Amino acid sequence: MPTYNLKVNGQTRQVIAPADTPLLWVLRDNLDLVGTKYGCGIGLCGACTVHINGVPTRSCQALVSTVVGMNITTIEGLSPDGTHPLQKAWIEHDVPQCGYCQAGQIMTAAALLKNNPQPTDDDIDGALAGNLCRCGTYLRIRAAVKDAAVSMQKGGSS
Amino acid sequence: MKPEANPVAAVCDRRDTALNPDGGHRPPLQNLSRREFFKASALAGGGFALSYYLSPVAALAQSTAVDNTARVFVPNAFIRIYPDGTVKLMAKTPDSGQGVKTALPMIIAEEMDVEIDKVIIEQADFDPIYGGQAAGGSRTIPSSYEPMRRAGAIARTMLISAAAQHWGVPADELATENGAVLHPPTSRAITYGELALKAALLPVPDASSVKLKDPSQFKIIGSRIGGVDNPSLVTGQPLFGIDMKLPGMLYAVYERCPTFGGNPVSANLERIKALPGVRDAFIVERAGGLQPGVAIIADTTWAAFSARRQLQVVWDEGDPSAQSSTAYDAAAAALARKPGTVVRNDGDVDAAFAGAKAVIESAYSYPYISHATLEPQNCTAWFKGDQLEIWAPTQNPGGQLDQIVAVAGLPKERIKIHVTRSGGGFGRRLINDYSVEAAAIAKQAKVPIKLTWSREDDMRHDLYRPCGWHFLKGSVDAQGKLSGWKNHFVTVGFKGTEAPASSAGLSPDELPARFLANYRLEQSIQSTIVPTGPLRAPGSNALAFTFQGFIDELAHAAGRDPLEFRLELLGDDRLVPGTGNRGTPYNSARMKAVLRKVGEISGWGKTQFPKGRGLGVAFHFSHSGYVAQVADVSVAQDGTLKVHQVWCAVDVGPIINRSGAENQVQGSIGDGLGAAWLQEITIERGRVMQSNFADYPLLRINDMPKVEIAFIESQNPPTGLGEPPYPVTPPAICNAIFAATGKRIRTLPITKTDLRWSY
Repeated sequence: MPTYNLKVNGQTRQVIAPADTPLLWVLRDNLDLVGTKYGCGIGLCGACTVHINGVPTRSCQALVSTVVGMNITTIEGLSPDGTHPLQKAWIEHDVPQCGYCQAGQIMTAAALLKNNPQPTDDDIDGALAGNLCRCGTYLRIRAAVKDAAVSMQKGGSS
Repeated sequence: MKPEANPVAAVCDRRDTALNPDGGHRPPLQNLSRREFFKASALAGGGFALSYYLSPVAALAQSTAVDNTARVFVPNAFIRIYPDGTVKLMAKTPDSGQGVKTALPMIIAEEMDVEIDKVIIEQADFDPIYGGQAAGGSRTIPSSYEPMRRAGAIARTMLISAAAQHWGVPADELATENGAVLHPPTSRAITYGELALKAALLPVPDASSVKLKDPSQFKIIGSRIGGVDNPSLVTGQPLFGIDMKLPGMLYAVYERCPTFGGNPVSANLERIKALPGVRDAFIVERAGGLQPGVAIIADTTWAAFSARRQLQVVWDEGDPSAQSSTAYDAAAAALARKPGTVVRNDGDVDAAFAGAKAVIESAYSYPYISHATLEPQNCTAWFKGDQLEIWAPTQNPGGQLDQIVAVAGLPKERIKIHVTRSGGGFGRRLINDYSVEAAAIAKQAKVPIKLTWSREDDMRHDLYRPCGWHFLKGSVDAQGKLSGWKNHFVTVGFKGTEAPASSAGLSPDELPARFLANYRLEQSIQSTIVPTGPLRAPGSNALAFTFQGFIDELAHAAGRDPLEFRLELLGDDRLVPGTGNRGTPYNSARMKAVLRKVGEISGWGKTQFPKGRGLGVAFHFSHSGYVAQVADVSVAQDGTLKVHQVWCAVDVGPIINRSGAENQVQGSIGDGLGAAWLQEITIERGRVMQSNFADYPLLRINDMPKVEIAFIESQNPPTGLGEPPYPVTPPAICNAIFAATGKRIRTLPITKTDLRWSY
């Protein structure tokens, strides 16, 4: 079985896995980074969203053999201490219900705010339309993203 | 308020103690074992359990010798106070997003007078000592509100007694605040931590004797408290069942027969076992409630998923050829042409129809739907020969324990069930079929295994919201009042026609019964092989769509305002008893109040909309909650539906956690909209045709309407909010679609109706 050196959350992590293993399962089973969730396995729900070279990506669709050398960021590595403005806004707005989709929502939102620091409701809806929330926390997601955008504009950490 | 750090990880770290229950590697302030618990309880001098939770454990505690090594004050099963001031509260009921892991400890903390942001909250394992842990039927708040208050008040009372002894002052000179007992005359204060070991030596007062706070003094109940697990959720810490990992754990998948009720005959097990990463593969036979199948055990989830693609199973499917959604529809129509069993017959509906100003007939129907929890079903199990340990995302700890006992071949005392957070429940996890499977697989595997259902497994092997058909005839009289209502309800039975399948029944008390002189309900049952179960507001979730839709048709037939027509149907303010004084009384005044309220906040009747836009109203009583909604929708000429806003008025009595309550209302509205608009499970040849979110869509953020909520906090005992708002959304939206387009939705999902229109 091949060995891969992955750059995950700023660290080099060695994994032994078949080449066709989706990054999702390497993160969860091999690297114990279980914040990235399995929801559908076919790229439809967004619960497995991570950043690959800064781009929000469905890790269930990214094979381990194709992401070697790229910068992989998971929810565990979004900020060193859980104080990314989105994480703070999520707590402030009490967004989660069951919480299962929320890591994926936050990762997609974080990439949005990097490219579009002042998103409108439509921008937010457009970016997050691929992240399903079965509990229906969408109104609070939208409010939290807007609040996080404001605090980042004011010079909050990112 | 802090959750215990990484509960799932903590479980992993406890492996030594799990292996050796008497081992000593447990952090001193965490994870009190049953043995320690007995000792600690004994410190309290006996009778630690609340009187209504009397259990064998309580009796045991009374006879156990005092052991001063247990340095913790345990006034009852829900509270632990340590000498260093740490307060730990047990969340007895599982949290699948409905917020009880936060709400119940809030109630305890209120009566204890401790700061909610300082306490540690721990999810309780399955244990009869907690007096019932199922999270279903919106029952957690109503059944736990007073017991949780009394649990907190017992602790507070004992701490006050301990302080009175300590200072030698009368207890009635003492007060409590923020985790301390105060003596105002001398301006002295002592913390609960300092009092803990003194309080532990006092007798536990009877639960009924302790004084509860006047609700006007509440600081925590009624406030906005964020979910206890939020910090862990937003940083991706392990919390859910699917996040479990044990040392030496392997990963299991389970192939079930694609047709319901089929059995495996043979499988290419040798080929599967030879695949990379596969450790074992075997057939699991049907046993009691356990569905048979083929298990594959591998080194990783992906190895198991990959091997499964090579799996070839010969199934005995029986003969499922007659089992299809189209056949069910045809059978329902045929049954409706014959008389059904008369379930209720008040007055004379035929006379009412004969003397009516208008009589209308409509057929309503709705499909099977799936729970589709975003976290697929899963369970981790470890069979250790004489003991079975289970970690399960469940709404119902201990459910199906008899089946687990049967497959494990162990007495129930040898089965330990840990409760993890659940990634959604909606009623699916009231049934622990996946834990029974995991137990059966673990017994054969002899190492810890985590069984993970794929999304496709989850969608094809659910316990579905039942489909149903209503053949309705109704009338309005010359005064424009609802005068007669006849319903021939065709429902499904599970492999039989003797009784409706799980959640497929219709109460003979369901409105408009009890509110109408002439009411007739007939019922017919057709047999299917599709397993059904409770889904958020069982029964109600489809009945409200049907009845509030038909009431709307009758209002329009009478030329009446739909909201006024409904108020009139509810009649005078009164408590309408259940038939034969069984069932739930219906308070018409509370329902009329939420109807009037939602009319007020939505501006009902104030705006004339152009064609293509309209408001719809609906109400429904379920799970002791009174809810009315108004929906604002537009339908473009090409048929595109947009739900702009939903106004919701709710009376579930006082609100415990305002933030959590708003979440439940918003979530119910999104859930009701998504289900009514988009979702349908269809059956062909005895199997489910949908498989994933491509053919079973969930609501997306861009389709979530604005929501405005008004809580009418009547002085009734608080009741649950996870379910009551859900049934009201589909009819409010469908009635608004009618207002906008003149098109009446009588079949769900809404996408089945062509909504295109022209001027």
